[in-house]
Order: sequence, then C-alpha cells, then structure tokens
Amino acid sequence: MSMQLEQSPTTTGEVVDNYTINFGPQHPAAHGVLRMVMELDGEVIERIDPHVGLLHRGTEKLIEHKTYLQALPYFDRLDYCSPLGMEHSYVLAVEKLLNVEVPLRAQYLRVLFAELTRICNHMLNIGSHVMDVGAMTPNLWLFEIREDCLNFFERASGARMHSAWFRPGGVHQDVPLKLLADMAEWLDTRLPTLFEDAMSLVVDNRIFKQRNVDIALVSKEDAIAWGFSGPMIRAAGIPWDIRKQQPYDVYDRMDFEIPVGTNSDCYDRMMVRVEEVRQSAKIMKQCLAEMPEGPICSDDRKVSPPKRAEMKSSMESLIHHFKLYTEGFHVPAGEVYVATESPKGEFGVYLVSDGSNKPYRCKIRPTAFSHLQAMDFMSKGHMLPDATAILGAIDVVFGECDR
Amino acid sequence: MTVLHSAPKFASNEGVLDTLSAALGSMLVSGKEEHGEVVLTIARGEIENALKLLRDEHEYQALMEMAGVDYPSRPERFDVVYMLLSYTKNHRLLVKVNAAENTPVPTVTTLWPNAGWLEREVFDMYGVIFAGNPDLRRILTDYGFEGHPFRKDFPLTGYQELRYSEEDKRVVYEPVKLAQDLRQFDFMSPWEGAEYVLPGDEKAEGDKV
Repeated sequence: MSMQLEQSPTTTGEVVDNYTINFGPQHPAAHGVLRMVMELDGEVIERIDPHVGLLHRGTEKLIEHKTYLQALPYFDRLDYCSPLGMEHSYVLAVEKLLNVEVPLRAQYLRVLFAELTRICNHMLNIGSHVMDVGAMTPNLWLFEIREDCLNFFERASGARMHSAWFRPGGVHQDVPLKLLADMAEWLDTRLPTLFEDAMSLVVDNRIFKQRNVDIALVSKEDAIAWGFSGPMIRAAGIPWDIRKQQPYDVYDRMDFEIPVGTNSDCYDRMMVRVEEVRQSAKIMKQCLAEMPEGPICSDDRKVSPPKRAEMKSSMESLIHHFKLYTEGFHVPAGEVYVATESPKGEFGVYLVSDGSNKPYRCKIRPTAFSHLQAMDFMSKGHMLPDATAILGAIDVVFGECDR
Repeated sequence: MTVLHSAPKFASNEGVLDTLSAALGSMLVSGKEEHGEVVLTIARGEIENALKLLRDEHEYQALMEMAGVDYPSRPERFDVVYMLLSYTKNHRLLVKVNAAENTPVPTVTTLWPNAGWLEREVFDMYGVIFAGNPDLRRILTDYGFEGHPFRKDFPLTGYQELRYSEEDKRVVYEPVKLAQDLRQFDFMSPWEGAEYVLPGDEKAEGDKV
C-alpha cells in the first residue's frame, strides 16, 4: 500500500485564514464616505467594523458659536437628502424652550414640506438601493420625481436643497398660491404615474427579491435593543412612528396609516418606504385641502422678524429687525430633547440653553448611528454582496451620521 | 405654564417624577421637571443599576441617544445625558450623571448594545472614560487625533490643518494658520454691566481734575 497520492498545495493540512478587506471609503455602494473593515471567510462575512467620522465637520461645535438663527442652515447640511426633516427637529426644540406659539398655516406648511421631503428622500433611497442590487432604470425614473420635488423646494425657498425655510416661530416666507395648485396637480397626476411605473419594475422582480428577501433579519427585541427607528423598526413589525405616537405640528389632524413589515428583512424595509411615499402623498393632499389662510410666522417680535413694509414706517419694527439679525433672540435656560420622525428615522436634537443668544450645547441624534452600528450583527453569515443590500436598506447619509 | 409650542407631545409627565424618585431611592441625586422634560440626576457609580431598573421595571426599553455636555467651571465638569424612550408608555426621560476627566462612568453596553458607539462618541468628544466598555476607541475624529474637540476650552479652529502637498505627493498636517483672527462678536451691552474695559472707561473711574 505505498500509493503515492498526488499532492496539491492545499491538501497538506495548511489552514486557510480569514482575510480582511476594506470596503470604502470611496465605494459607490457605501452611500458616502463609509469605511468598513470586513473579515471574510471566503465570501461569507464574519465581522464588520464600520469606521465612521470621515465626514465629521464638528457641526455641533460650530452651532455653539452661532446664534439660534444662524445655526439653522447647518441642519440642512446634515442629512442633505432630507434637509427640511432636519430643520423640523431643530425649530421645534427651540420653540419648546421658548414656548412660542406657531400659527396654524405655518404648521400646515411645515407638515406639507416635511412630507414632500420624505418623498424626495425615499426617491433617492429606493432608487439607490435598487441600483446597489443591480437595476439601473428605476433609479433614473425615480430621479425624475426627485427633480420635481427639488423644483417645489426652490419655488418655496429659493434653494433646491439647502432650503433653510423653517424658522423658530413658523416658516420664512409664505408660498405662492400657484405653487400649492401645482403641487396638488402633481400629487394627482405625475407622482402616482411615475412612482407606480417605477415600482412595477421592482417590487415583484425576481432578482430584486433574491437579493433582498430574508437578508439581515432582525427580531423585534433586537430592533428595540439596538435603538432602531423609522422604517428600520417598522419593518421589524413594530408600529412606531413619532408622527402618530407623539404628534407635532398638525400631524394629529392628519389621517394616515403606518406601514409595518412582517419579515423584517431588507425587502420589508424597502417596501415600508414604498408605502410611506403613498401615505406622504395622502398627508400632503390633506394639508393642501385644509390649509387655512393666515400668518406664516409667530407675531412675537422678540422671536420672528417684522414684515419689510412695517419696517418702513415703524421705528419699533426697525429695532426688532436689527436686534434679531445682529444679536438674535435669547432663549430661556433649560434643556430639551426633541425628536421627530425624519424620513430615515428618529432625528433628535438635545438643546441646552444657558439663557444667552447662542445654544450652550446642541447634540444631534443621527438616525444612522444605531443602524450602522448594527451592521456587524446584521451582516454576520451573509455573503459579501449582501452587505450592499443591507447598507442600502438602512438608508445612511454621512452628512448626518458623522455630523 | 400653558403649552403653546407644537413640539412632539408624549404622555403626560404627571406623577412620573414622584414614582421614579421613590423607585430609585438613594441612587437619585436630584430630579426636576422643566420645559416638559423630566430630568433625573443619578449617582455616577449607580448609573448602570439605575438604568437597568428603569428599563426592566419601568418600561423604558430603548436608549435612543447619549450626549456629553461640558461645564468647565464645575469640579466634575462633564454631564453625560442618556435619553430613554418607553414605547409602551410613550414617554421620554433624560437621565444624567456628572463626571470629571479622571472619574470613569460605568458602561451601559451591558444593557443596550447600541451604547457602544454612543459611549465612544462621548469619549472621543469629551474624554469621559466609560469603565467596562470593551471597545472604547475614538469614533468621529481623524485617525491619530489628539485632544477632545467638544470641550469648551478646545478652540473652534482646532490645532492642526491638513492640505495636499505637491512636493511630498501626500496630505500633510500643519499647525493652523489663520489669515485673519476668528471673529467672535460680543453682544453684551455695556449698559448691562459688561466686565471688560473699554478705552475711555478710566475717565469715569479716575479722579476728576
């Protein structure tokens, strides 16, 4: 029995080690500057260590050196895919400290544009998620809707992305009537046609399902323990939506449904967003139908500036205007944590005031932090290409994650 | 005070402070309710037990966020704030501990896995140490960064700037050089007792000739 086996280099009992690869920081599927150090066993993910902070700009520190009004535009630049959603938390936090009343029309306008922001954000996320797993066309079609949304933002505020339109006490300017009329028409015609067309390519697509169904299952208990929010927690089957549970502005007057997932996988997360777009359109229609006439900003002149016309004739208005745009308003000392349902989840602002005209501390709760942190346990045991699907379904934007 | 603002309305705070004060007993240092937020300050060593009690007995299931705050004038200069959320009671709670640079805060990664990154962030930005956190690395700042940037005594401009050097063909770090001083506007009115001296002030104080 002296049969000599032909020996290949790998049959001599050598151990093949796991190997480590770098995903990002410049990777099209990383949705920004995310670096993930991945430990792979063949093509199976053993461990992921996400390195965030490559886009850290010290926003919170900058805000401490600005007045309350000057700090507002920083929020547009956090999650640059849903700028008004970010502003919403901040203005509500300032208003909570000031205890200032916001006129009804301003509340309706804010809800209207917050929901438009949600649609705008979901167009980008659904599109790029679909593209990450291999489809090109839906992304292009969805970008057409996004373009419409950006045009509406431009017509309301003058800026396509960084609107800086919400203000403590209301909104900056009223919208032209024609804009509301065009929006109503768009909601009835273009949005449903374009969106349902694009979705008909995706939702029952075999390849899309193969890439997403049963990927990154998260139990209800895990979703709570990891601090999930937004579509991530709703996909896990928990009907938690701050717009419904802790209504702010006029959300308590709105009639809308909260979609929840049943399987808590990447497919559910994406489908929750798809349904949210339809519900957002429903909320927007109600806003347009019910919106009253009236002022769009608080008449408390210590918080919101007077009209230009008033300043021409009234000395007091001129003084108020001058004081507001140099010194800014003072906010009573105290601390609040205000969280709203941004398109990506719970976006919170913890604001500490020392009674001066600048925030003493403004901690921003990014939605992506807890989701991205769970990347490691969600990806364990999945294949390398699934990481992009998981990342796409989380909906990360690094402007917000890294602040 | 009547509520005029339209910020998120969660369940009423009525009785929450009393119930939780009684339940926490000696772990509680102080509690207050202001601006519609219940804020509890807990003894530093007991924070893990207190949060465990709040999570298991009082239905505050989720840790949504942690924040550091710096008050340089205090002996224990940092606040670490935990924002808790109860899904079942639909209520939010702020829980605080005080800490200094050399007094570690017990970790709560044992209670919530997402506390890991949140504690890393507070450590990175303020230098608060969390005892028991298995992975207390920096998170948001650059690789090899020194200092804790969100401390009030850390300058807004930082100490280092970086640029691409054409000679070295790589990114180089250099001390910050500002073309003009960073402008800090002071809005304190001299009528309201500003403490700095303005030119000409001595005329008011000095002997009248």
